[in-house]
Amino acid sequence: MTRVVLRGAFLIANVTKLEQRLGAIAATSPVQADLSAVGRIDTSAAWALATLQLRIEQAGQSFEVCGASDKVASLLRTVTDALPRIESQPPVRTSLRDRIETVGRAVTQAAQFVLDLIRYYGLFLSRLGRALRHPSEFRLTALVHHCEDVGLRAVPIVALMSFLIGVVLAFQGATQLRQFGAEVFVVDLLAISILRELGILLTSIVVAGRTASAYTAAIGSMKMREEIDAMRTLGLDPAMTLFVPRILALVLMLPILGLVADLMGLFGGGLMAWIDLGISPAMFTTRLVEGTDVSHVFVGMIKAPFFAVIIGIVGCHAGMQVKSNAESLGRMTSNAVVTAIFAVIVADAVFSIVFGQIGI
Amino acid sequence: MDSPPNSDVIIRLRGIRNQFGRHVVHDGLDLDVHRGEILGVVGGSGTGKSVLLRTITGLQTPVAGRIEVLGTDVRTADEDTRVALERRWGVMFQDGALFSSLNVRENVEVPMRAVPGLDPGLRGRLADLKVSMVGLPYLAGDKFPSELSGGMRKRAGLARALALDPELLFLDEPTAGLDPIGAADFDTLIHGLSRSLGLTVFLVTHDLDTLHATCDRIAVLAENKVLVTGTMKDMLRVDHPWVHEYFHGPRARAADASAKGPGDR
Ligand SMILES: Nc1ncnc2c1ncn2[C@@H]1O[C@H](COP(=O)(O)OP(=O)(O)O)[C@@H](O)[C@H]1O
Ligand SMILES: [Mg+2]
Repeated sequence: MTRVVLRGAFLIANVTKLEQRLGAIAATSPVQADLSAVGRIDTSAAWALATLQLRIEQAGQSFEVCGASDKVASLLRTVTDALPRIESQPPVRTSLRDRIETVGRAVTQAAQFVLDLIRYYGLFLSRLGRALRHPSEFRLTALVHHCEDVGLRAVPIVALMSFLIGVVLAFQGATQLRQFGAEVFVVDLLAISILRELGILLTSIVVAGRTASAYTAAIGSMKMREEIDAMRTLGLDPAMTLFVPRILALVLMLPILGLVADLMGLFGGGLMAWIDLGISPAMFTTRLVEGTDVSHVFVGMIKAPFFAVIIGIVGCHAGMQVKSNAESLGRMTSNAVVTAIFAVIVADAVFSIVFGQIGI
Repeated sequence: MDSPPNSDVIIRLRGIRNQFGRHVVHDGLDLDVHRGEILGVVGGSGTGKSVLLRTITGLQTPVAGRIEVLGTDVRTADEDTRVALERRWGVMFQDGALFSSLNVRENVEVPMRAVPGLDPGLRGRLADLKVSMVGLPYLAGDKFPSELSGGMRKRAGLARALALDPELLFLDEPTAGLDPIGAADFDTLIHGLSRSLGLTVFLVTHDLDTLHATCDRIAVLAENKVLVTGTMKDMLRVDHPWVHEYFHGPRARAADASAKGPGDR
């Protein structure tokens, strides 16, 4: 028979040692634990004793506690009763087939996602058509509100960004062009790059970061609190009340923001050209008007509504995917921004190719 | 209902005043909590029960007053004393307040990480014990909070509050949002654990059944202070309108009947 005598306080701070010592006791003979000299004891020490008891008894030997005070005995009983029954989960095996399946699933999910976005686009168009036929269902107040949010409030950041881009372009262009004595071409450089590409593309990226996330957060938190379901039961169509004003606001505002960006970009570039290259504002304007075809502006601006629809649909769609927990809201919000920016850049590339093919 | 083993005061509040802007929540609030008892704090919505709990646990600084917990003046204690004190109490928030990026076992392990020299494997098994002590199945330890039901989240929150064997347990509306059976189970759990672990419990609740099933003493919060304290029997004799309405209303009668009835637990 083995006698175990515990003396003093046994708390979580020294349970590691207690467990080691108790674990070293062989289960080959009956064990008696003498707890009469135990002071304070907590559940972790009681757990160590209870596991010892379990091990001894499973080996077919007897285990006996003596001298425990009422408090210690009650604690020991509680812990013994609560000792977790360890169940093992069926092991998950991943075969080659499972891995291939994962790839397949990812591909179909991506395809499904694109189809979903197209479906939302269709939904938007059909509701827009409905709004034209039944103007009373259309929410003008919401549209104005979103226009202010998406358009007016974004003006400062868009203006500042494109001003700085203009400055940078002029400065970099100037250093390169000066080597050939072709400083004045900096005007063409600025005009073509900003009007055709950068103005609208960078604006869209800023708006995608700002607005797609805001749309997802707003719609997603409504989804989370079952407000969307409540709307449906009240006969309100979420697509009509939530999507149409938001996407339409973007379609109306993004071209305006793009124009602001174009102007500020040219202004920043012109300023830099004046300071760095001595191209006077008058010369800059003359060169700009004479040397640059107005078609560049149209090429830039024609993209704006497309980008707007992409950003709006991605934002609204991501909002509707939010589940009833806060983590999914955060995840979908950041997903929306990444997807919107990526989609805008892809669309821009497609436009470049198309314009290149038809020669404008 | 068995009376508290000995009656030394473990929480002592004197002249607590809390206000938000010009909205006074507590004014001149006094309260004693004795070692080993389960104190139920009741009061109408917005009377400042949660604020009181937050005040005692140091999450909210009162404008005036003295707070003594386990013999330490919380407001004047230095950083180390406060940290040592915080290890001696556990708080369960309304929805469990589990860390969403950790699974249940890791959540329970969080307070244990502060114990120097505790072997990580052992820590995991102690966490499993706590999970099992609050009545959760073993496999729940691997689950994330978002995969649990409301009742299970509360149990997991309780397991985390009990991780370091606190002497003092704070519970904010533990049975709110549970179905009657789940709520009754939770009452039994709290009562059983507090007795077998020798816990002192500060329990904020709305639930008359909980008061009947678990609490040794009741404190009623009204008119910005603790209006009365006493046992359930004492409460029935108080003739303040709100207290009377609360303890004599139809729900109170039903709870009283079920506590006294044959299904006594
Ligand atoms: N952080 C805060 N800021 C302003 N007012 C608060 C704050 N926390 C609580 N209150 C106010 O204090 C009062 C009591 O709140 P609370 O303790 O949560 O009530 P309950 O008794 O229902 O738990 C309420 O009127 C609430 O509006
Ligand atoms: Mg509250």
